[in-house]
Amino acid sequence: MSELHTIQTNINGKPVEASVPGRLLLSDFIREELRLTGTHVGCEHGVCGACTILYDGLPSRSCLMLAVQADGHEIVTVEGLASNGELHPLQEAFKAKHGLQCGYCTPGFLMTLVPFLAEHPDPDEATVRDAISGNLCRCTGYQSIVDATLLAARQMREKAGAVDGSEATS
Amino acid sequence: MSVQCVGEPILRNEDERLLKGDALFTDDVQLPGLLHAAFLRSPYGHARILSIDVEAARQSAGVLGVYTAKDIGSLMNPAPLIVPPPPIEGLVFNQRTHTALASSKVRHVGEPIAMVVAESRYLAEDAIEKIHVDFEQLPVHLDIEDSLQAAESFVHDDLESNLAAHVVQRRGDYEKAKAEAHRVITRRFTYDRGIAAPIENRCVVADWNRMGKRLTVWDTTQAPIPIRNGLAGMLGLTENQVRVIAPHIGGAFGAKLMAFYSEEMLVPWASMQLERPVRWTEDRHENFYSTSHERGQVHEAEIAVDQEGHILGIKDVFIHDTGAYNNYGLTLPINSQCCLLGLYHIPSYYSEFRVAFTNKTLVAPYRGAGRQHGVFVIERLLDSVARELNIDRAEIRRRNLIPPDAFPYDHKIIYQDFAPLVYDSGNYEPVLRKAMDMIDYDTFIRDVQPRLRAEGRRVGIGIVTYAEGTGIGPYEGARVQVLGSGKVLVVTGVGTQGQGHYTSFAQLAAQQLGVDVTDVEVVTGDTDQFHWGTGTFASRGAVVAGNAVNAAATAVREKVIHLAADLLSVSVDEIDLVDGKAIHRADPEKSMTLGQLAAAANPTRGAVRPGTEPGLEATRYFGPERGTTAFGAHAAILEVEQGTYQIKVLEYVVVHDCGKVINPMIVEGQVHGGVAQGIGNAFLEQLVFDDQGRIKNANLRDFLLPTALEVPRMKCGHEETPSPLNPMGVKGTGEAGAIPVGPLFAQALDDAFSDVRLEILDIPLNSSTLWHSVQEQGENQVAIHEWT
Ligand code: FES
Ligand code: FES
Repeated sequence: MSELHTIQTNINGKPVEASVPGRLLLSDFIREELRLTGTHVGCEHGVCGACTILYDGLPSRSCLMLAVQADGHEIVTVEGLASNGELHPLQEAFKAKHGLQCGYCTPGFLMTLVPFLAEHPDPDEATVRDAISGNLCRCTGYQSIVDATLLAARQMREKAGAVDGSEATS
Repeated sequence: MSVQCVGEPILRNEDERLLKGDALFTDDVQLPGLLHAAFLRSPYGHARILSIDVEAARQSAGVLGVYTAKDIGSLMNPAPLIVPPPPIEGLVFNQRTHTALASSKVRHVGEPIAMVVAESRYLAEDAIEKIHVDFEQLPVHLDIEDSLQAAESFVHDDLESNLAAHVVQRRGDYEKAKAEAHRVITRRFTYDRGIAAPIENRCVVADWNRMGKRLTVWDTTQAPIPIRNGLAGMLGLTENQVRVIAPHIGGAFGAKLMAFYSEEMLVPWASMQLERPVRWTEDRHENFYSTSHERGQVHEAEIAVDQEGHILGIKDVFIHDTGAYNNYGLTLPINSQCCLLGLYHIPSYYSEFRVAFTNKTLVAPYRGAGRQHGVFVIERLLDSVARELNIDRAEIRRRNLIPPDAFPYDHKIIYQDFAPLVYDSGNYEPVLRKAMDMIDYDTFIRDVQPRLRAEGRRVGIGIVTYAEGTGIGPYEGARVQVLGSGKVLVVTGVGTQGQGHYTSFAQLAAQQLGVDVTDVEVVTGDTDQFHWGTGTFASRGAVVAGNAVNAAATAVREKVIHLAADLLSVSVDEIDLVDGKAIHRADPEKSMTLGQLAAAANPTRGAVRPGTEPGLEATRYFGPERGTTAFGAHAAILEVEQGTYQIKVLEYVVVHDCGKVINPMIVEGQVHGGVAQGIGNAFLEQLVFDDQGRIKNANLRDFLLPTALEVPRMKCGHEETPSPLNPMGVKGTGEAGAIPVGPLFAQALDDAFSDVRLEILDIPLNSSTLWHSVQEQGENQVAIHEWT
């Protein structure tokens, strides 16, 4: 039970080595051991989505995984989204559209939507709603989260377009 | 004047830290040597505890303490009554609050029996499994009507029944109205239990500092100051030895208001015993049992009307389920009793309720706090009148509205804040009209519905209204201070759970002091920073604390202007506050920054004039004489899918009036969230109990919270009738979205099945109950057979 396992993982771009009990949840490892408390826990049974992280780039529920499963894999948490202090466009859009109230569910929505937007740069409302239907929010009624996502998609497209455009002319 | 920022959709100050994962929630608190608590909870609804064996648990790895009722001394006094019953004549109230741990018997599944404190949560939970308890099972009281009939084995042995309270309120002479009525309609309504289910579960962290003799508690509470005061008393400390911090809270909606939950008493106590910090974090399964529930009422209601459908009187006799304890007093059933009156002129009213103890989790407010039950009854009664007298549903409402010249309007009964139920201001017809226009009510009924019907589609429209008593007393306070940096600090006692107080309170101060909203730092929910106040509930934050912030900021503004006029040698009425500066209006070159003024107001050498108070700071309190009444109308078009009875919301419109608005973006967000919860209440969320009172669906997979697929896009409209009861004219809005969704859905579904005369009388509904109700309608079965 208390036997420890050594794991080597990469969290938000930094290599991490740790010794963990076999039964330690990945969510607890992230929150309690690494003190990355932006990953929230709402149900610990895989339904609410608050604990969503990226596991080798895929949105995954850290409450349904064990810390030992991080061995040899890359993990990104909400703390890894902003770069050099600058918010990710999706974070910006959440602020602009009032996509959060208490903010407890928010990290899970962000970590679900970042890979979604990478795959669906121009989603419609129904697709967005479908994409977040596995994340629960008890405060916002979802409308502002949907609007934030659509805004982020547009802004990211415009930015990509501007970059492509400048490359084309140079 | 400074730039207008009150009334503007200003983006929120708190968002950046929340979006980056930097905001502190209670469960994020990490301390050296932190221990973890876990609880053994009752598996039975009603049972005597014969013996408890904790030896094996004590020996379990990493365990520092195992505690049962006999170990916790004075904590075994019954928890305080939060709200005493209001002064209503003839009222019966049997006060029975819980103790921190169950001793001789358990009264509901999930009631805590023992606490383990260990080096980790995992080890604490291991030890919990090693505790052995012998129980003798007792008959379980689950149904509220049966519970009141029960002849023995009461929830509380020392009572002679399961009656917790009995209250009658009346206005005028209902029996006389009934005798004179053109028509009297009687209905029976039920409204089932529900839970708030915030995404963050509850959590308490306590840290007793032996050397400093101080206790610091981080708590997911909506009422940090009452927790501080109560803990001091329970633990034999002075108030200033206890600091309670309610940091960011992941939604609360009433469920984090119950002072005291057992864990809020036991975790701080354990930290003092063990002289180490202790944390307890509720898991989702515990949340279903150990966090307060809401709702559970059965109404026998009667409405008497004249030929045109004008209400002559209403009689409502109902039973309210309080669960095993009644710490929250009578707030919920009184809310139901008062909110039933809605926006309508009801000349006679007889309302009687009995409160039943049952072997279920105790009941306390959850968004709406009993208001939706009353609204359900009146709105459904009006629908029945509309149907029987063949009057349009919007029209029957219009006819009965309290007219705009009747305010203040006295309903002549007592409200939950102990004051007479007097509506301060209102103008109802425009709200109803606007909702009708926004959803195209007339066109839908005249053209759209018949066309869709002809295509075999079952679509229905609903329109309902509601009143929301908000912003009740007693009071809140705030301190506003200009800092040396020129930034402004606002400190208030209320906690915040997502309502945007870091921004709306900042707007109020920014407006008065001519600074940018981002230059105002708001501190809430830390008793070391501000220690007078009661908490965030009953949609009172913006009204009560907001007015205190505004008053304090106004006082600081005066001080700033006087000091600036003095130092710039001009008169006070020549000073403007803009861009963080006090400037001479005629000659803006003549100016001082707020930072310079703050420094000047706190001289470090020399002499000051007699009577000088240092600093640019003021503390003000606001206590309204009574609550202010917000109101609104919701309208929706629903479609029921053939075969599956799935319900789709095609249109959803909310028009509300909450007086002057500080931040319309935040208000709209509150409305959206409220509607989403209302949809959950009305349609999805149902606790399913077995015969012991165990919840069969105590997880988020089987207890369905609405997702982005169930909550529709909403259109919001606003009207603005300022409240005369506070200088800013604001009214609360926290519960507006949630209150009328039940009767709205019921009405629209009735409409979709009007050919079989469907009439929905029970909440919550779901596809299966809807299917059954439709099948049960004997008349005109042909229509339904063809469609199903
Ligand atoms: S905490 Fe992992 S899904 Fe809810
Ligand atoms: S913002 Fe509170 S749960 Fe989503």
